[in-house]
Amino acid sequence: MSHHEAVHAPVGGRLMTRPFMLLLAIAAVGAVVAGYRFINGIGSVSNLSNGYPWGIWIAIDVVVGTAIGCGGYAVGLLVYILNKGKYHPLVRPAVLTSLLGYGLAVIAVVIDLGRFWGLWKVPIYVWRWSHSPQLEVALCVAAYAMVLVIELSPALFEKLRSGAASGTRRFAEGALRLLEKNFFWILALGLLLPTMHQSSLGTMMLLPGPKVHPLWFTPWLPLLFVVNCIIMGFAVVTLEATFSAVAFGRPRETRMLAALLQVAAWVALGWAAFRVIVVALSGKLGYLASGFGVAFLAEVGLLVVAGVMLLSEERRSQPVWQVRAAILLLLGGIVHRVNTYLVAFRPGSHFSYFPAVPELLITFGIIAAEVAIYIAVVKTLPILQGPSPAKTAA
Amino acid sequence: MALDRRSFIKTVAVGGVAAAGTALPAAASERPVAPEGAMGMLYDATLCIGCKTCVVACKEANDLKPDPGPWGDERLYDAPLDLDGNTKNIIKLYREGDTYSYMKQQCMHCVDPACAAACMLHSLQKDPVTGVVGYDPQYCVGCRYCQMSCPFNVTKFEFSKAIPLIVKCELCRHRVKDAAVRGADGFTRYPKGQGQACCEVCPRGAVISGRRDELLAEAKRRIAAAPGKYFEERVYGENDGGGTQVLYLSRVPFEDLGLPKLGTEGVPRTAYAVQEGIYYKIPFAAPIGMFAVLAAVIYRNKRAERVQGAEGEAKR
Amino acid sequence: MLESQRPFNVDETGLGPSVDRRDFVKICAMAAASVGLPAAAGLKMAEAAAAGLKPSVIWLHFQECTGCTESLLRTSHPALAELILDLISLDYHETLFAAAGYQAEAALKSAMEANAGKYICVVEGAIPTKDNGIYCKIGGRTAIDIVNDVAGKAGAIIAIGSCASWGGIPSADPNPTGAQGAPQVLQGKTVVTIPGCPANPYNFLGTALQFVALGTLPALDAKGRPMFAYSRVIHEDCPRRPHFDAGRFAQQFGDEGHRQGYCLYKLGCKGPATHANCSRLDFGEVGAWPIGVGHPCVGCTEQAVLWRMPMHDTVEVSRPTPPDTYPPIHAAQGHTSAVAAGLAGAVGGALIGAGWMAAKKAGDGGEDKGSSPDKGA
Repeated sequence: MSHHEAVHAPVGGRLMTRPFMLLLAIAAVGAVVAGYRFINGIGSVSNLSNGYPWGIWIAIDVVVGTAIGCGGYAVGLLVYILNKGKYHPLVRPAVLTSLLGYGLAVIAVVIDLGRFWGLWKVPIYVWRWSHSPQLEVALCVAAYAMVLVIELSPALFEKLRSGAASGTRRFAEGALRLLEKNFFWILALGLLLPTMHQSSLGTMMLLPGPKVHPLWFTPWLPLLFVVNCIIMGFAVVTLEATFSAVAFGRPRETRMLAALLQVAAWVALGWAAFRVIVVALSGKLGYLASGFGVAFLAEVGLLVVAGVMLLSEERRSQPVWQVRAAILLLLGGIVHRVNTYLVAFRPGSHFSYFPAVPELLITFGIIAAEVAIYIAVVKTLPILQGPSPAKTAA
Repeated sequence: MALDRRSFIKTVAVGGVAAAGTALPAAASERPVAPEGAMGMLYDATLCIGCKTCVVACKEANDLKPDPGPWGDERLYDAPLDLDGNTKNIIKLYREGDTYSYMKQQCMHCVDPACAAACMLHSLQKDPVTGVVGYDPQYCVGCRYCQMSCPFNVTKFEFSKAIPLIVKCELCRHRVKDAAVRGADGFTRYPKGQGQACCEVCPRGAVISGRRDELLAEAKRRIAAAPGKYFEERVYGENDGGGTQVLYLSRVPFEDLGLPKLGTEGVPRTAYAVQEGIYYKIPFAAPIGMFAVLAAVIYRNKRAERVQGAEGEAKR
Repeated sequence: MLESQRPFNVDETGLGPSVDRRDFVKICAMAAASVGLPAAAGLKMAEAAAAGLKPSVIWLHFQECTGCTESLLRTSHPALAELILDLISLDYHETLFAAAGYQAEAALKSAMEANAGKYICVVEGAIPTKDNGIYCKIGGRTAIDIVNDVAGKAGAIIAIGSCASWGGIPSADPNPTGAQGAPQVLQGKTVVTIPGCPANPYNFLGTALQFVALGTLPALDAKGRPMFAYSRVIHEDCPRRPHFDAGRFAQQFGDEGHRQGYCLYKLGCKGPATHANCSRLDFGEVGAWPIGVGHPCVGCTEQAVLWRMPMHDTVEVSRPTPPDTYPPIHAAQGHTSAVAAGLAGAVGGALIGAGWMAAKKAGDGGEDKGSSPDKGA
């Protein structure tokens, strides 16, 4: 790890820029609405109902949010398992994004839970644990969030190590050494836990059984969700790396991203093919001739278009197409998750759901907070690559 | 900074158990069957006259507030449109031209309940003796996964409250004090005032209480005694969705009454087959195994990297 | 001639016009049945009467209009004649007495002494308590003194009418005399209350005759009212209830709904808040009762309603029950607001669109003008 230190440095620069303050404002609005929710109940700010008890807070803030937080997982697999050290500079910002994604997913869970004060019982009351896939997700996400904090802590300790007080410096040095020694199993956890809970997120939507549309009800859902989150992780890393480079004047990672996206392309095309084959082999192709067929084609089509786009070496070496392909990959992954949790969920034709305005405001607030915190951390801690001076307006 | 093999294995073991611990507890569960003393109800829609006395009795027995329903603010009536946070039992009407039937809706107390399978800390739990699916708010975090899972859309949630609860019929288990006894009519029932309030007040015996096996026998007796009267000559809930403890007889199709077509497998079986297959068949073998492999690979890669780095520095 | 049509002669003493035993037993049986007592009770009454053991009844009048006595005069089973001549010994009654003055007071005193601990004390009318109760004095004694004296040695105390039960009309605001009902004055004693303005006489008769025949009082609620008559509210047994359940209301006196006999709730009927059995018993032997003749119930048995709630204000229905409509098997639930749809679409579209277009900027190496944060995080 020693030779990577010089690679990371805080971006520095003014924090309170206009875009940053706008993000804070959106986050503040979301916080106010969330406060109202806690006083007046979930029904006062959302269109959640007995027919659709889960809406965008679960489908987007949690299920999509954690998948967006799989950048660390996806890149980690490449770097630490396939030993592609060349992607290493992408790791730390990806882990930061992951931590933010999961951290804010946890906040969304607390907002969504009707009796959130009982949450502490979940990890403690071991003797009452059931085999519910959701229990696995809950425990695993909590554990993973802690692992992410540990994985990101070197950034904090590096900053402390270059600080003024010698006591702090020594402490930071000691911490960094301890982390270095144990990183192999911490990283192993950081790769095991997402595999577990992302797959369980898929298993979760098997329990409603007859209420899930047959195009999405397949025992392969756990596998689909895991690979889907890897694809989304690659896409997020691409977008985040490009954004940071442009916004913070960091060196470009274009070649690295091109290689990354080549892997992503094959994984995406493989996922799409597998998805269609499973549906065909279980005799469900007939369902495509319906509104649900459109949703299915969207989630498959977006990945196929992106994958094909990235097959051409010329295209994937250009940042503009890298970004666009990443957007399509991300969208395809998001559509699959939203389909599984919302579109394919059919409690009965007399039920309908669309988020209410305050419900949307909370989601926007959470997303804005995530971006704002990312910017703040990146500017103050050594996350991004490169010692080049801050040339930033973001 | 070399890690000797013993501490490596120790670390892997501890870390693996910790990770696998997120997938406790131990053995895979078996496919549920109705307990011997399973209590239930039999609702014969052909006998129901839609008087709604059962609705009133349920509200009183469970201390529930009235629903103004579509009558708005007048508060003259208790007129829920569906089961909800104030309504554990409701009478609905199916009408298509000249065909009509009343339908009593409440929790079905499934033999293999999806809601209990979904619940993380067994807040919804099937009583091992009576088979009643009861709710203990102590362990509920309000995640509403039970609502997602119930194929009958029975579990309701108090969305309008800051301190909400899940609300559903619990077969009046809060009223039970003494044991159920078999009466002269062949049904095992609790003393008056301790059994299901709806069954105690029904003026026509359209809904009756008893043990599930007694009620099944009675339902089959009625079907045999009146061929052609009952839809499909069968009782809904015998095997539907793995079986339910509240059984239905109807002259119109069950689906028209809102009872979905379910296979004979319990609703949560597919999810549990996958989840238990991965984690509990050979308890936590998968996560521990995967953790060990990952840790080994990363350790080996990191060591190679350190060696390279040291060589590089030595060269300089 | 029916027993009930026999002329009532106040000058008669003793057992009254002679009647053979079988007819007499029949009278007693009818009396028992009409107030809901078992047939054996009627036999006991006849035996007690034949043995000369007619229970003594001392009837007190205070702040009252005598409506409850008048109401009792209009009963037919048993007719008042049978009651006071054959079944009970009415030893003191200021309205029905031929005697007056010292003679009446002497009768009261001797009846109390002769039957101490066994007589029924009936209270009609409210008892003023302000200024030591000087606002009602009979024979120089205040009502408070009289009632404490007489009720103190009674075997049973029955307060007939709303005035005696809880104060009635004399107790209406501002209650200048401090009028109270018998239970409030006779603290600690068991007082059967038969509220109503007037009380339904059969509620009184059922209670009195049960004591006469069986020596017991009927089951009472917390306010001392017999449960057989006062455990249910008018709304529960009202013949117009189907109209209520179907939402058919008279909106104004004389309108079409009123003519059709629709529910009078909107005209201020206090039925949902009033415990009484008027709809089951009717009044005046002719099947008349307020709602039946088209006027909303005013809640005359309830202290919280009568003289306190305006007659034509609607009352709250304390335990609403389902109406005469049925929800469908699948009632549509959930809605989409156009604003929300617009907002979601706009934000989502803007993010994707901006990202797609901003991708171009990514191609310009190292440009550092802040592009919109298009990261989908």
